[in-house]
Amino acid sequence: MTALVEVKGLDKAFGGVHAVEGVSFAVEAGQVYSVIGPNGAGKTTLFNMITGLYTPTKGEILLNGESTAKLEPNQLAERGMCRTFQQMQICMNMTAIENVMLGRHLQLRSSLFTTLFRLPSLRRNETDARKRAADLMEYVGCGEYLDTEASAMSYGALKRLEIARALAAEPKVILLDEPAAGLNATETSALEALIRKIADQGITVMLVEHDMKLVMGISDRLLVLNYGRVLAEGAPEEVRQNPDVIAAYLGG
Amino acid sequence: MLNRFMQSRLRGLVILALILIILPAFLGNPFHYELVIQMAIIAATVVGLNLLVGFAGQISLGHAGFFGLGAYFTGIATGTYGWSSLPALVVGAVVVGTIAWLVGRPILRLKGHYLSMATLAVGFIIAIILNNERAITGGPDGMPVPALDLFGWELSTFGRYSLFGIEISGVQAWYILASVVLLAAVWFALNLIESPIGRALRSVHGSEVAASVVGVDTAKYKSLVFVISAIYASVMGGLYAHFQGFITPAVASFEFSILFITMVVLGGMGSTFGVILGAVVLKLLPQVLADFQELETVMFGLILMLTMIFMPKGLLPTLTAAVSKRMRKKAGGEA
Repeated sequence: MTALVEVKGLDKAFGGVHAVEGVSFAVEAGQVYSVIGPNGAGKTTLFNMITGLYTPTKGEILLNGESTAKLEPNQLAERGMCRTFQQMQICMNMTAIENVMLGRHLQLRSSLFTTLFRLPSLRRNETDARKRAADLMEYVGCGEYLDTEASAMSYGALKRLEIARALAAEPKVILLDEPAAGLNATETSALEALIRKIADQGITVMLVEHDMKLVMGISDRLLVLNYGRVLAEGAPEEVRQNPDVIAAYLGG
Repeated sequence: MLNRFMQSRLRGLVILALILIILPAFLGNPFHYELVIQMAIIAATVVGLNLLVGFAGQISLGHAGFFGLGAYFTGIATGTYGWSSLPALVVGAVVVGTIAWLVGRPILRLKGHYLSMATLAVGFIIAIILNNERAITGGPDGMPVPALDLFGWELSTFGRYSLFGIEISGVQAWYILASVVLLAAVWFALNLIESPIGRALRSVHGSEVAASVVGVDTAKYKSLVFVISAIYASVMGGLYAHFQGFITPAVASFEFSILFITMVVLGGMGSTFGVILGAVVLKLLPQVLADFQELETVMFGLILMLTMIFMPKGLLPTLTAAVSKRMRKKAGGEA
C-alpha cells in the first residue's frame, strides 16, 4: 500500500536557521498521525511545507504518489488536502456559514454568466451548499451560529468553525494545527470526540498538538520533532517508552 | 409579508428603484436632472469599484483611468469612426477589460502601499496618453462626443421624446436610462457577491491563506474582480461621454480616481448601497459648498480622514447599525 502523504528528507532553512532538517515519514490513508515536539521544534513549519505555503529548501513531499513541489496550496486542495491553522484563518468579513460555504468552493464551480444573472442552477446549488454547511456546523458543534458574523464568535466556536470549513472541502486528508490550543478541558474532550468522528469517516487526520493526553489517546502513529529533527517515530506506546523522547521532551 | 420582504435579498434594490421612481417629483429643472444622471453613472462606477476595494480588499487609485479609457473609446469610435453606441460600449468594455487583465496580472501580486502605487501609476499613464495623443484624443482641449444612439434611436439631452404617449424631455429620457443602468449595475453586483465567486472574492480580503487552502486560486480571483470593476468603469465612462457630449482628459485624472475611492470609503466599503450614498453625498457637496470651490480637494481629503477615524465602516453601515440598535433598545424597553 502506498502512503497517502510521504515526506522524504525535508529541509527548511530560514537564513542560517534550520527549522526542519532531514525529516522523513509516511502517513497511510485512514490514520490519525500526530506531530509533537517542544515549541520551536518545526511542527508548524512542517505543516506549512506539506500544505504548500512554504517551499522546502530540500527534500520532497508526495501526495498520493505525486510530487507537490510545483503545486500551489489551492492545487493541493483540489487534490484533497485541507487544513486549519494555529493562528486561526477565518474570514472575519463574512458570516459563520459563509465561511463554511467557502470551504465548498471547489465543488461549487459556476460560470460568471450564471452568477451575474443568478440563474436557477446557481440558486439550487447555493441552497444545497447552505444546507450542507449548516449540517457540518451542527456536526462540529457550532450549529447555533449559522448567520452570526464570524467577528462576533467566541474563540472556541471559531476553532470548530475552521474545522467545519476544512471538512466542507471534502478532503482526503485534513491537517489540524494545534486544534486544542486555548480550549478548556470540556472543549478538548469534545474536540477529541470530533477528531475520532472525522477519522471514522475515513478521512486521514494529521495533527500538531501539545496536549499529550489528547495525542496519546487518539493517534495511530506519532512523530516527535526536536530542533527540527526527528527524535522518534512510531505507535504511541513505543514513543512513550523511547528514552530519547523521555529525556528531551516528556522530561523523564 | 412586509417582514419577509424586509429580509429578502432584493430589498435594497426595490427601495432604490422606488427612490428613482419618486425622485423626478423633486427635480425642478434640467440642471437637477443632469446632476442626478451624473450621480447615477458615477454611482454605478463606484458600485463596480467597490467589488474590488470593498469586497476583495484590493485598492485601486487609478480607476478613473479605466473610466477615461471607456469614455474616450466610445468618443473616438462613435465620433471619429461613426460607430453606433452599443458596439462602441461593448467593444470598449472588452478592450478595457483586456487592458485591465494585462496590467492586473503583474500588479495584483503587490500588496498594500505597493499596489496603491502601481494602480496610481496605471491611472497616470492613461491620463498622460489621453493628454498627449492630440491627433486621436484632441489632447487637453478634449473632444466632442455624439449623442447616444441605441438601435438607430438617438438619445440627445436636447431632444424631445414620447414615452407611452407622454412627452418627455431629453434629460428625462436620460434619467430613465441612467436609472435602469444603475439598477442593473447594482443587481449584477448583488448577484456576484452572493455567489461562490463572491465568497471567493471576499475570502481574498478576509484571509488569503484561508482562501488558498480551501482551493481558491487567489491570483485568478483578484484579476477577475479587477477586470470586472474596470469593465464597470469603462461602460459607465462611455455613457458619461455620451451624456456630457464633450470629454477632456480630466475624466481619467488622479483627482477623479481619488473621488471614486472617497465615495467607496465614505459610503461604506463592502456595502453596495452605501457606496451609492457616498457617490450622492460627494456629488452634492460641491453644489452645497460652491463658495469654497478652491477648497474642494481639501474637503475630500478631510472627509476621507474623518470617515476613517470616526466611522471606519462608512456612512450607511454606521447609520444602519445605529438605527437597528435604537430599534432593539426600543423593542427591549416595551417588552
